[in-house]
This record gives sequence, structure tokens and C-alpha cells, in this order.
Amino acid sequence: MKTQTYTLNLGPQHPSTHGVLRVVLELDGETCVGSKTHVGYLHRGIEKILEDRTYPQVIPYTDRLDYLAGINNNLVYVQTMEKMMNIEIPERAEYIRVMLAELMRIASHMVGIGIYIMDLGAISAVFYPFIEREKILDMMAHLSGSRMTFNYMRIGGLAHDIHSDFKPELDKFIVEFPRFIEDYHRLIDDNEIFIARTKNVGTITAEKAKSYGLTGPNLRACGVKHDIRKTNPYGIYNRFDFEVPVGEIGDCYDRYVVRMKEVEESFKIIQQAYKELPDGPVMAKVPKLIKPPIGDVYHQTENPKGVLGCYVVSDGTPKPSRVHFRRPSFNNISIFDEIFIGHKIADIIAILASFDFVLGEVDA
Amino acid sequence: MEFFNKIFVYIAQFIRETLAALGFTPVWVEMGMGTVYLVAILGVCTLAALFYVLWERKLAGYIQYRPGPNRLGPNGWFQTVADAIKLLTKEDIVPCGADKAVHLLAPVFIFVPTVLALAVVPFGEGMAAIDLDLGIFYLIAVTSLSTIPIFMGGWGSNNKYSLLGAMRAVAQMVSYEIPLVFSLLGVVLITGTLQLQGIVEAQSKVWFVFLQPIAFLIFIIAATAETNRAPFDLPEGESELTAGIYTEYSGMKWALFFLAEYCNLFIVSAIGVTVFLGGWQGPFLPSWVWFFIKTHLLFSFFIWIRWTFPRIRVDQLMNFGWKFLVPLSLANVFITGIGVYIYYNGLGW
Amino acid sequence: MENKINYQEMLTGKFGDKVVINAEKSYEVYANADNSLEVLEFLKAEGLNFLADISSADYKDYFEVVYQLYSFDDPDHLIVKVKLTHDNPQVTSLTSLWATADWLEREVYDLMGITFINHPNLERILTWEGFEGHPLRKDFVSKSGRK
Repeated sequence: MKTQTYTLNLGPQHPSTHGVLRVVLELDGETCVGSKTHVGYLHRGIEKILEDRTYPQVIPYTDRLDYLAGINNNLVYVQTMEKMMNIEIPERAEYIRVMLAELMRIASHMVGIGIYIMDLGAISAVFYPFIEREKILDMMAHLSGSRMTFNYMRIGGLAHDIHSDFKPELDKFIVEFPRFIEDYHRLIDDNEIFIARTKNVGTITAEKAKSYGLTGPNLRACGVKHDIRKTNPYGIYNRFDFEVPVGEIGDCYDRYVVRMKEVEESFKIIQQAYKELPDGPVMAKVPKLIKPPIGDVYHQTENPKGVLGCYVVSDGTPKPSRVHFRRPSFNNISIFDEIFIGHKIADIIAILASFDFVLGEVDA
Repeated sequence: MEFFNKIFVYIAQFIRETLAALGFTPVWVEMGMGTVYLVAILGVCTLAALFYVLWERKLAGYIQYRPGPNRLGPNGWFQTVADAIKLLTKEDIVPCGADKAVHLLAPVFIFVPTVLALAVVPFGEGMAAIDLDLGIFYLIAVTSLSTIPIFMGGWGSNNKYSLLGAMRAVAQMVSYEIPLVFSLLGVVLITGTLQLQGIVEAQSKVWFVFLQPIAFLIFIIAATAETNRAPFDLPEGESELTAGIYTEYSGMKWALFFLAEYCNLFIVSAIGVTVFLGGWQGPFLPSWVWFFIKTHLLFSFFIWIRWTFPRIRVDQLMNFGWKFLVPLSLANVFITGIGVYIYYNGLGW
Repeated sequence: MENKINYQEMLTGKFGDKVVINAEKSYEVYANADNSLEVLEFLKAEGLNFLADISSADYKDYFEVVYQLYSFDDPDHLIVKVKLTHDNPQVTSLTSLWATADWLEREVYDLMGITFINHPNLERILTWEGFEGHPLRKDFVSKSGRK
């Protein structure tokens, strides 16, 4: 009998493409024989807009890149500017930055893991991580006035010091969080169907992952021990004691395991930073009008999704001549076309979900 | 007590006598009674669906640490009514290029096997609309029909996701029909009857779930697959196929599919209760109350499964069905047969 | 941050004056459009195996394509820049070395209009097909009239 392949348009409106990703699949029955990923449906031209903004005005735009981890995006930009202008920032600000960045890493991974399991069909599994994320977002909302677009960091420090009610909330979180991790491991880890759906699905070799510029948990799941916080420590990350978890074969299951472990490491960093949190100002002496010297700087940090880089070119005016972001999700999902081949539709959804990408970041 | 136990039987008797007293010929009395049964079954069916739609949402909310619907009416119990009104008033959309007749008929046809199946379910002592001698056989025959409207819906929608869902539905429902039938066969071997009332009465001493535990397990799994519920909700596959067969359905047509899903699950629970959990038998309370309590518990168990497990993949589903459930259910029938033979004939030496 | 290996010296040893060293920054070199592929291939073999980013900037009289090279194993960092004229913004594609160059180069092509020779699939990626112009160029005027 003669059979035919057919084209299935997965997205841009599809519940599992996490936004407006579009994948055109060539299918033979349920098996994928060809795939082409299209991005750009959420392109807002942020890099162009930023040419018309002053340096401090850039910060709110960074929140909208990876909108699940706004603080981390703030961080990379303000650190780039501090590198450019040689600003030393106060100790207290450094510690608070680390704490918030790691809190947001947890929040982002909570979404990543929750949505991942939900896309595999277990809808309840999304609610438990979201409860934890909600605590973090509440904390951040009390701190910065916004749940997701914080605009809390400044070139040279922070917008303001932490509130008096931030500490009790963090204390509560620190007490409750380990129990959640334990519960969640019990709920998911040994689930027969979860294992069957994720083991040996979407396997990526370390070589391929490096070639495709995968970063973050997706790279580490392939067994590459690469974390900017360890290899090129920025801020004060070299003062903390934490591990870089790695996976074995880079399949969907490893990506889940690595994220879960990473959450625990972040939790360790938060506790250490919280314990050592010094007193003092949170803002360095920074000129009112920020006018960096002519030149360019590239700086990168470890974001929840991977390596977020920021390239700023200054022409000596109060407005940047060029701001470019290396968005980890953009690089991460470029591997899709290759690894989809040979998988079933259900596996493709599992791979999509396990990559935990954010379209705001992919399309900038 | 006895009165409450048989209250519906008495009501039926009363209607029958009234009809006869009004001078109708026996044929017309039978016709009239048929209508009464139909109305009663439709009532049970609709009420069960309406109730369980809300109950599932409540229970899911409880499982997920959230209140669930709690705004409309006492504790949110009128939510389904509001939803039904909303769905009824929605625009009827038929996608262009759809096979219109098939597309529109599918949600109507989906109710046919449901209502047909309820006709033989013994809701209580002497409370089956029709007590067929071939009860189980009839049940299996009519419930397997529900594949057709689902395929109609998937095919008629002219959507690739729907078609994929329909293909999955057919493959899945046909494959899991077999272990489902075999799991019921063990019980039939023990009782020696296909009549549902007979099967219930045979469980007066011990429920068949204890004599046929493997069959019960197979039944639960196969029934979940037959009703297309998680972890076997591949035809719908919300996160994969964007709702699969239901993608192009909206408004009342979608609501009919939705209600039918709950009716089907209600029937499956009812069959499970009848065959494995002692049916309407139970102490103190009227028989029909026991029946509904047990059905409710089994239904809640299905809800619990749905909101706990991830979805299985299509090839795993087929492997599991054909390479595990079918041989297991065959083995179960085989061993039951030997057991029954030994029980009646001794070891023969 | 200082690199463990002096890549600048290494590159002058290999390519002579075809690679220009930035004396102010020890982690920056200039290649040119003709030899960028060889330079990067050489650097990849020397351990800078992580092509973190390809970005570009428009300096009004010339373009710069900026390659950020890191290593997956140690903290070394090298920036390789290629200057391109406005008349002929062309540079060889790196897709043969890194698969990630595919999308990164497409982005640069889309937004800055720099052509990558030997790229297998040089299409617009963020803007739509049929979009006119390259938005990140300084002479780009959008339809709304804003520069």
C-alpha cells in the first residue's frame, strides 16, 4: 500500500509550544521525518528600541526577555554596565543580588518543571511547583512592586534596600521549600509512565550539544559540566559552596533531574547568602547621567535557561549605540530540527517541554 | 425499609397498573412503560453527567490544592448549570471543508451507545429497565459502538489534529476492548450466567473483586482506556493534539461530547460495581443507595487516576495492550476455567 | 580577566600580520573577512570550543561582526572581530565549525544585513519574509518614521 507523508503545523497557536513557537513537522503517521522551526512571532525589536533609550532606561526592557526570570536579566545588563564603567558595588547589594537571582532561578525552574510534567499529561503536577513559585513572586512583588517585570536592579546597585517584611517571608520559604522538594520527588521520580515517556527520548550527545551552543540545564543534562558561575564567576559567586549537577545521556529524563538538583543547589546558595548578608548601603556612587566611555563590553551570566550574554557598544553619548543579548533559549531551540527526526508527536511535545524555553527570549 | 428498598419498583408498578386501569391494551402498556424507562434513564444519565462534571472539578481542585468552582450557588454547585447555559448560547461553528453531516451527527450519535447501555444496568434490586438474559454480552456490544461517533467526529472535522486523534481513538478502543471483554469473562465463567442481576445475586457472599482481583485490575485499566481518560487520553491529548477529536467542536456540540464522556465513565463505573463490587448488595441502606455509593466511589477513583498520571505514548499504549493486557487476561480466563472446573468436578482422581 | 593562554601571541605566530591585535585588551583580536574562518577554526582547535555569540554593530562607516569565543572547560575568553565595509558586508559562514552559527548568523543577517557566504539557509529569522531593510543598521528608517 502506498503511503504518504503529511505536514502538520505545530503552532504558533498550540498549547505546548509555550508561546508562539511554530514547528512545521513532516509526519509519516505519527513519526516525524522532517521538521522546520520558525521563530520570530514575538519579535518586538528590543535591540532596536534600546538604541533610543538612555542606559538606565534599558533595565525594564531586559525584564521582558526571559519574563520568568526578570531579575537575572536585570543582573546581566547592570553587570555589563558596571564592567564598562568600572563601578564597584557595595557588598550588601552583591549579596542581595545573588539571593534574588537564585530565588528567581528557583521560580523559573518551578515553571519549567511544572509545565514539563503538565505537557506530559499530568496536569496536577503543575500546581505544586507553582505554589512555591507564587511564594517567590509574592516576595518579589512586595520588594519591587511587580510580580514578573521587576526593574529592581540599577547600574551600581539596587533600586532600594530590602523591606522589613522580606526577611520573614524568606524565612518561611526556607522552612517550607525542602518539604516541597521531597514531596515532588516522591510524586514524579519513580512514576512508571513518566520514566517511559522521558527515558531515552530526545537524547543529545555532549558533542552535539556543544556544537549547537546549548547552555544551562540542557547542556549539563548531556554530561558537560559547564556553569558560568563556576567557570567565569561573576559578582560574588566564587564565595559560595555549591555543586554543578550534570546528567548522563542528555535525554528528557536527565533534563528533569538536572533541573531538580539545580533547584536544590540554588537553595543552598540562598541560605549561604542569607546567612552572610552584610549591612551597608545598596547603591554605589554613580553619576546621575550615565555616560560610559567609548568602547564595547561583553559579559555573560548563568541564567535559569542558560548563558545570557550582553554586548553593549557605547559611543560616548548617554544612549547606547548597540545593545545585544545572547539569549540562551534562542541557541537552545536551534537544535530542535535535528533531534525531532524519528520521534513520535508525543515525544516531540516531551522534548519541547523539557527544553524549558521562553519565547520572549527567543524572539527578543 | 423494604419500602424504600423497592420504592422505584413500586413506582413502576403503580404506573403500569394505572396504564392498565385506564384501559390500554397490553401492547400499549408496554410501550408506555418503555417511554417511562427511557425518560428515567435519560434523567439518570443527564443528572449523573451534570453532577460528575462538577464533582470532577471539585475533586481535581482538592487534589491540586485549589478550591475548584466555588462561586455560583452554594459552594459552587450551580457552576455546571451556568456552564451549560453558556455552551447552549454559543455560536455553532462548522469549519469550512468539514464533512458537515458527519461533523454534526457525531455528537448526537455519541449518546446512543450510552443510553443503550444504561438500559440493562441494575440500579438496585429489580431495578433494571430491561433485565436481558444476555446482559453482559449486550453491554459489550453496545459500548464498543462508541468508537464510531468518535471516529466520525475526528474525520468530519477536516483537521489534522482531529484525524490523528480519531486514528488513535480507533486503535486504542479496539485494542482495549479485548482485555475488557476477557476480564468480564472470568466472572461469567464463575457465575455461569450473562444476566447482570444474576451476577449481582451471585455476589451475595463474596464480591468477585476478591475472586478475580487480576480481572478487576485489567478491567480498571481497559475501562480507563475505553473511556479515553488519562493516562489513556491520547485521542484528546490536550497538550499534543490540542484536544484531538474535539479540536473543531465548540458550543453545544462540544458539550455533548463532554457530557457523553462523563456518562460513559458513569456506565463503566456502574459495570465495574455490578460485576466486581457486589452491585446493589449491601447492608442497612436501600439497594439503589448502595449502588450509587459504590459507583460514586469507583468514579472518584477514576478521577483520582486521571489527575495523577502523565499520558502514555501511543506505541507504549499498543505494546501494553497487546503484549501485556491481552495475554494476562487470557491467562486469567484460563486459570479461572481450571478453578471453576475443579470446584464443580473435584480433581477427578 | 586574564587568559591562561596568550591567544594573541599564538595568532600572530600563526597568521602573522593578517590578524591585528588589540593592544589595549588582551582578549580581543581583529581578523578580516578572508581569513576569519581559518582563524576561528584554529582557535576552536586550540580549545576555545564554545561559540557563545555572534553579534554585530554598525559604526556608520563600517560594520563589525563580533564573535565571542569561550571554552566549555576553562575560563578563557577571546573576542574576534571582523570589520566589514558597507559596500560589501560579506563574511564566511561558520556553520561548518559550529551548528549554532546557523541561527546566530541568520539573526545577524536579518537584523544587520551582513551576508554569510556558504550559509546553507540564509533566511530572515526574526522578521518576516518580505520585510524590507535591516533594522539594526543606523540608516534604517522604519515606516512609522522613527529612526
